This record gives sequence, C-alpha cells and structure tokens, in this order.
Amino acid sequence: MHVNFLDPYQDGSSLVHQADARVKLVLTAAFILTTALTPVAAWPVYVLLVALAFAAELLSELGLGFYLKRALLAAPFVLAAVPLLFTVEGETLARLPLGLTITSAGLDRFITIALKSWISVQMAVLLASTTSFPEILSAMRALRLPRLLVAIIGLMWRYLFVLADEAMRLIRARQARSGIGEIPGRRTGGQLAWRAKVTGGMAGSLFLRSLERSDRIYAAMLSRGYDGEVRSLPHPGISPGGWTTLAVGLVILASLLLLGHLL
Amino acid sequence: MLTNHLAMHIPDGFLSVTVSLVMWVLSIVFILIALQRVNRDLREREVPVMGVLAAAIFAGQMLNFTVAGGTSGHLLCAALASVLLGPWAAVLVMTSVVSVQALVFQDGGLLALGANLFNMAVIGPFVSYFIYKLVKAAARGANWGIFAGGFAAAWFSIEAAALACALQLALSGTSPANLAVPAMGGIHALIGIGEGLITLGALSFVLAARPDLLKHSQTQAGSSRPVWVGGLLITAVLAALSPLASAHPDGLEWVAEQAGFSSAAEAPGYEIIPDYVFPGIANEAAATIVAGIAGALIVLGVALLAAYTRKRRSMS
Repeated sequence: MHVNFLDPYQDGSSLVHQADARVKLVLTAAFILTTALTPVAAWPVYVLLVALAFAAELLSELGLGFYLKRALLAAPFVLAAVPLLFTVEGETLARLPLGLTITSAGLDRFITIALKSWISVQMAVLLASTTSFPEILSAMRALRLPRLLVAIIGLMWRYLFVLADEAMRLIRARQARSGIGEIPGRRTGGQLAWRAKVTGGMAGSLFLRSLERSDRIYAAMLSRGYDGEVRSLPHPGISPGGWTTLAVGLVILASLLLLGHLL
Repeated sequence: MLTNHLAMHIPDGFLSVTVSLVMWVLSIVFILIALQRVNRDLREREVPVMGVLAAAIFAGQMLNFTVAGGTSGHLLCAALASVLLGPWAAVLVMTSVVSVQALVFQDGGLLALGANLFNMAVIGPFVSYFIYKLVKAAARGANWGIFAGGFAAAWFSIEAAALACALQLALSGTSPANLAVPAMGGIHALIGIGEGLITLGALSFVLAARPDLLKHSQTQAGSSRPVWVGGLLITAVLAALSPLASAHPDGLEWVAEQAGFSSAAEAPGYEIIPDYVFPGIANEAAATIVAGIAGALIVLGVALLAAYTRKRRSMS
C-alpha cells in the first residue's frame, strides 16, 4: 500500500501550472502578506481579495470545489479567536447568558481573522496544487535559501514516501497482532501503558531503521562521487511573460493594500 | 481526534504582521546557527542523515495510539530527535518537517511559519535537551535517568511550545492571554503525557537495540551554551505562566482588606515595575508576561554577575 495520495500536486496544463515557480512563490507570499496587512473591517478589499483568489483558482482549471474543500483545513483554529467577540470594546450587538455581550467591533475582528485565514489558505493550496514540490524547492533555492537546507529538505522529500510506507507497515503489523484500541463489544488492546509502549517501540524502530538506512544511503552517495557539495543546474532566467505576470500581480496587490488603508 | 498538529500549527491570519516578522527573524537566526554547527560536526554526512531522519519524523507523526474512546495521541518528536541527535541537528530536522508541513500540506500558515518554526523547531529541541540533561545529571548515569529524562523532555517541549504559541496569539491580540495560556497549556499538558509515553517507549527500544547511540549523544556538544539558552527559554515560559497566578490578592493583602488596615500601607517611593505590570503596555496580561520575563532576566543577570565576581575574588 502506498501513500502517494499525500502529495498534493495535481497534474495539469493550465496557465497557472505552466507559470514559473519563482513567480508563483513570490506572488503567493505577497498575496498572503497583503491579506495580513489589510486593516480590520475593510470589507471591499476583502471581497476583492477573495475575487482575485477565485480568479486564480479558476485559471488553474482544478475547480473551485477542490479549493473550497481543502481550504476548510484551517477552520477549527478559528475557535481560538472566538473570545474576541466578547472582549473587544464597542457597541453591544447581542446579550448572552452569563453576562457575555457580543460587540460589533468584536464581530468585525472575528470575521476579519476568519476571512484572512480562509483567503491565505486558498492561496497556499493553489501554490501546492499547481507546482510540484521539486519545482518549489528549486524556486526557493533561486530565491537564496541556504543550499544545505534545500538539500536536506530535498532528500527528506525523496525518502518521505519510502518511510511513510514503512510506518504503514508497522501499523499494519500492530493491527495484525491485535494491538489496536477499541472494537465495540470486545476487550482489546491491553492497557493504555502497554499500547503506549508498543507505539513507542514502533517509533524507536522507525527511527533506528531510518538511521541505518541513512548510513547505507550515505555510502551509496559516496560511491557515486558525493563529496559533501550538493550541486544543481543553473536556473534559466525568468521569461518576459513571467516578469509581466509578476509585475502585474504585485501592482494589483499594492493597490489593494493602498485601498485598504485609504478606506 | 485529539491531534497536536491542528492545535499548534498556527494558520495565517491569526498573528499580527509584527509578531510574525519578529518570529521569522528569530527563527532564521537560530536556523543559520544550527546550519553552521551541524556543518562543522557532521560535514558531508549531514545531508543524507538529516534528510532521512526528517523523513522518519514526518512519517513517525503518522504513528498513533488510542488514548480513550475516539481520541488518539500523536507525536511531535522534537524530544526524540533532540535526545538522539543533539539540539542543533534536531533544529534542522524539525525545521525541514515543519516547513514542508506548511508549504505542501498547509499545516500552518506561510507568514506564520516563522512563529511555528520557532515554537516547534527551536523551543521544542532546546527545552527538551535542557530538561534531558538536567534529569540525567540528577540520576548520575543510572538508566532511569534516560527514561525519566526522555519523558520529562517530551512533556516540557510540548508544553513550552504550546505556551509560546499562546503568547504569540495573545501579543497579536487574537486571543486574550488569560484564556489562551490556560487553554493551550491545559490541552497540551494532556497531549504532552502521550508524547512523553511514546518517547519513553522509543528510548527504551533504542537502549535495548543500540545503546551506543545514547552514549554517543552524551559526548557531543561539550559547550554549555545550549543549556543556558534552554534554561532562559524555560524561564521565559514560566514567566508566561504568571498571568495564571491569580489576580486575586495574595494572602497578606486579603487579610489586610478584611481587617481594614490596607489603606495604611503607603505607596512606595519609587516604582520601576509597578504592581508587576510593565508601564507602557496596554494589554495587562501581555504586560504581566513581559514584566515576568524582564524580572527573570534581571535576576539571571545579577546571578551571573555574582558568580563572576565570586570567581574573580577566589582567583585573586
């Protein structure tokens, strides 16, 4: 059983898929920064940001439904902002039992945070779905991320699915030996402490196997000429179309930011 | 499902831009130092070893165990990595894991990545290393020191990261501190027990299968600087707990109010940090925390000065 369903990249040939990864990375970061800097309750700007996000998603030809589903990931965290409804000073909107009152300023803050979060997650999903991870990594390298860190992350990505398969095998072995937790109506799995110890053993085993595997990988790399220096092909320059997209995108975001602060 | 993933990876939109950028700067500083240290210690072995172990931790976070009913516990693994690899390598490994979680799986925001990195890839490894060394020193080489140290390291690393997360939310004005700190602290106190148990199990497995790995990690990193950094971080965390220190008047004040002689107390002649609230900060809880941290730093500074002058005197 393989776990490549973990890779969020969706293959396609839309305009967004074909755009330069560096342009996409910078625009995504700029978009998220613009969203973060837009003031509370600047509703027209938020509407425009959502429209922009939807437009980009439609361009990627993956369907709005796909994005809306993935964007729900951040939803549970919104609970952390709920107290704002009651604590921010302002005119009262509603009175609740226990002496709590919802203020309009609190509602503004809460909805702003929820919107910012929702919009930002959508852009992050857009980036991850239209850009394969090796492309993202080489874009980060082009944007001056330390070569060593990029090399470590790159190797991690290559072995992630191999080790995830290994973890799945460990889990399956535990299941086959009745180590699972609860079957309704049956006594299973032993004490909590025993279950924790078994899982700990699995984690330790995974760690040790990985350590020894890394030694073998290192030996294999050595015997193929590895000398500690991780080299990569030079990056081609960004095409004129790429520069135009970048410029247009940044101008749009800057004007939205300005609009937000003028409102 | 009680997963510490969702609970600790902050999405975008919840932190103010100032807090996010400050956290980014701090994280980048620590990551650059870690890159330098690991490069010096491991050289060309580091890419394969770090990369594969980061993948192992990522995969290891899939391992779960049923706690009760429908809930299950998951791992963060900062403590395990820190105990087996040392703090600096653990920083790099956790950085890779958390960054890819944010970039590829949207587990945590991109602007907030700086803060998430600081909580899980800096505080996690450092606090667990410090606690582990502390407990092992107390055990004087006995095996129970490894087990108790591993459990404590795991619990404290989760708790410290959670409290830092609550602090960041409070400083951004997203969650009031007197709610976020107990909520995050409370939930993660429970999650930390699960992490502690799994770390304990993993360490006993490693001790049985490859005891040389645990001895080897002792000889690394003779410098005591990580200990100081870890210690300072813990002090900062404890300072974060101070808002929990109830705002109710303490024993003497209560008695004074009851007996009616509280008005007899005079205002102090000078106030540096009046009533443990730092002047100039509006949010009282945040101000309390800052006052606690400032106080702890002052005490630490004085302690260092005292130790230094004592050493000078004993040498002359």
